[in-house]
Amino acid sequence: MGQKILFEKIHIPGIKTYDVYRENGGYASVEKALKMNPDDITEEVKTSGLRGRGGAGFPVGLKWSFIDKKSGNPRHLVCNADESEPGTFKDRYLMEYIPHLLIEGMITSSFALGANLSYIYIRGEYMWVFKTLERAIKEAYAAGWLGKNIKGSGYDLDLHVHCGGGAYICGEETALIESLEGKRGNPRIKPPFPAVKGLWQNPTVVNNVESIATVPWILLNSGEDYAKIGLGRSTGTKLFSVSGHVKKPGVYEIEMGMTVDEFMNSDEYCGGMIDDRPLKGLIPGGSSVPILPQHLIFKTANGEDRLMTYESLADGGFATGSSLGSGGFIVYNDTACIVRNTWNFSRFYHHESCGQCSPCREGTGWMEKILWRIENGQGTEEDIDVLWSIQAKIEGNTICPLGDAAAWPVAAAIRHFRDEFEYHIRFPEKIKKRDHFVNEPFEKVKHLLNTVTI
Amino acid sequence: METLKKYHQDINITPELMQRIQELISHYPEGRQKSALLPVLHELQDAHDNWLSVDLQNKAAELLNITPIEVYEVVTFYTMFNQKPVGKYMLEFCVTSCCAINKAEDVMDYACEKLGVKPGQVTADGLFSVVGVQCLGACGYAPMLQLGDFYHEHLTKEKVDQLIEDCKADKITLHDK
Repeated sequence: MGQKILFEKIHIPGIKTYDVYRENGGYASVEKALKMNPDDITEEVKTSGLRGRGGAGFPVGLKWSFIDKKSGNPRHLVCNADESEPGTFKDRYLMEYIPHLLIEGMITSSFALGANLSYIYIRGEYMWVFKTLERAIKEAYAAGWLGKNIKGSGYDLDLHVHCGGGAYICGEETALIESLEGKRGNPRIKPPFPAVKGLWQNPTVVNNVESIATVPWILLNSGEDYAKIGLGRSTGTKLFSVSGHVKKPGVYEIEMGMTVDEFMNSDEYCGGMIDDRPLKGLIPGGSSVPILPQHLIFKTANGEDRLMTYESLADGGFATGSSLGSGGFIVYNDTACIVRNTWNFSRFYHHESCGQCSPCREGTGWMEKILWRIENGQGTEEDIDVLWSIQAKIEGNTICPLGDAAAWPVAAAIRHFRDEFEYHIRFPEKIKKRDHFVNEPFEKVKHLLNTVTI
Repeated sequence: METLKKYHQDINITPELMQRIQELISHYPEGRQKSALLPVLHELQDAHDNWLSVDLQNKAAELLNITPIEVYEVVTFYTMFNQKPVGKYMLEFCVTSCCAINKAEDVMDYACEKLGVKPGQVTADGLFSVVGVQCLGACGYAPMLQLGDFYHEHLTKEKVDQLIEDCKADKITLHDK
């Protein structure tokens, strides 16, 4: 059992309600924070080394320190709860089972930033979670933790939960702000960054649910204590949402630094592969990050143990590594069809592209079409090279990272599983006969490719 | 004319709905009432058979004191706003990623066959529609579908059968009130 910070109290019966949450030490960090200098809270978060848990991993305290406190304009904290990345469902778990933890984090973080009006922007599909949060916020108002002159401190804070309309792009912070203003979720060009001109052109910090929910623990214990948990620059604990071909899918909190092997195979966490079939690939951080092939999952290219940290999962860059991303841990066994899966992701990114930038708008659809053709046994030899060329032209050429997110899974699939694309193209009769998501075991595919010449 | 009739919708803003809309608008600073657009559209849609006619969109513009085009451009951008009638019970199957590798499309095809519709269509009695949607964030509990405010996870054909029966018997709660 490792240290638990976010899930420490999640299994207490009734913890969803204010009374039980309060009886178990809830809102103590707000009491402490209101007696502190707001800038000292930011320093404490900086000391903790907490990195943004939404995917980019940018240090939270540093982001807070960028907020423009001199303009005199109102400041805002916006919690990004628009969890829409395939493979990622950890924030929903926190909000659904312990909503007051997020509210407590919103209050302490808003106080540190000098924000008097904050929002939790949640994806529209999580409607029952939206209503759970609404009820919890009403309880927090009734208990005097929100509103005017909180607990006699002279600090005012209004907090509201806002629901989106079903658009993955609204997980990007500037698109989220546009959406919160009641518009289409088209990302803004940066700079100016939200810390200078964000919601209604006011200085705004946008943080992920998991990041904000961690702040109460840091305040109650200390940034230094938090930094002692984890490994190197990957401090603290992290939630991973596990799906795919494992025995125990679900959401787990682990101390950063555990080996991928232990996480994958120990009974406490994923419990190993379902039906004990061989492992074929792993996406460690949600659909947008590159897939790792079997030989790069447990060991890095240098032969070191692959660890559950930002650095180790990315070791060697995208040629031999991936990224911790949002912690969406997707596992594939030897029968999973990588081409079908890559097409599925491309369809997702095409569907979710806001259409603002040509490379993303056109490129995602083009990739989807080619992948569909290959997947259905109608691909040509040059298709793979065309796909490679399209993804390379999308990456880095769009306003927001959705273009990169669409390009990386395709690049990684070709880089590590080119054999499988060639198999689809060279043996269309086998492809047409099978169940779409199931290929012949990969070893057999490789054998066929090595023994048959065109 | 036939098409216009098909897309007609009676608009009914009850005092309770109006109060809820006013509450949502109050969450944003004065002059920023446009920010309430998405939450207000959800409320209007829930109260009007889960879809938003152009007339209802115009009503949203009036309630928020913004121009109709500002509403249209939002309604057409976000997937959760239905611009034509849907079934009373809209079965939204997630077909992305982990749901897909757990045979979500087979389960959705099964539902379509059972109800005699294709994805996107409504049954003749107006009771059901089936849609394939992109990731709903329940990847560890695949395959799954959304029905109203709630998720139904670890789906099997038997569970789909039961769900359809429960809908027909009016035993399903659609909204978390």
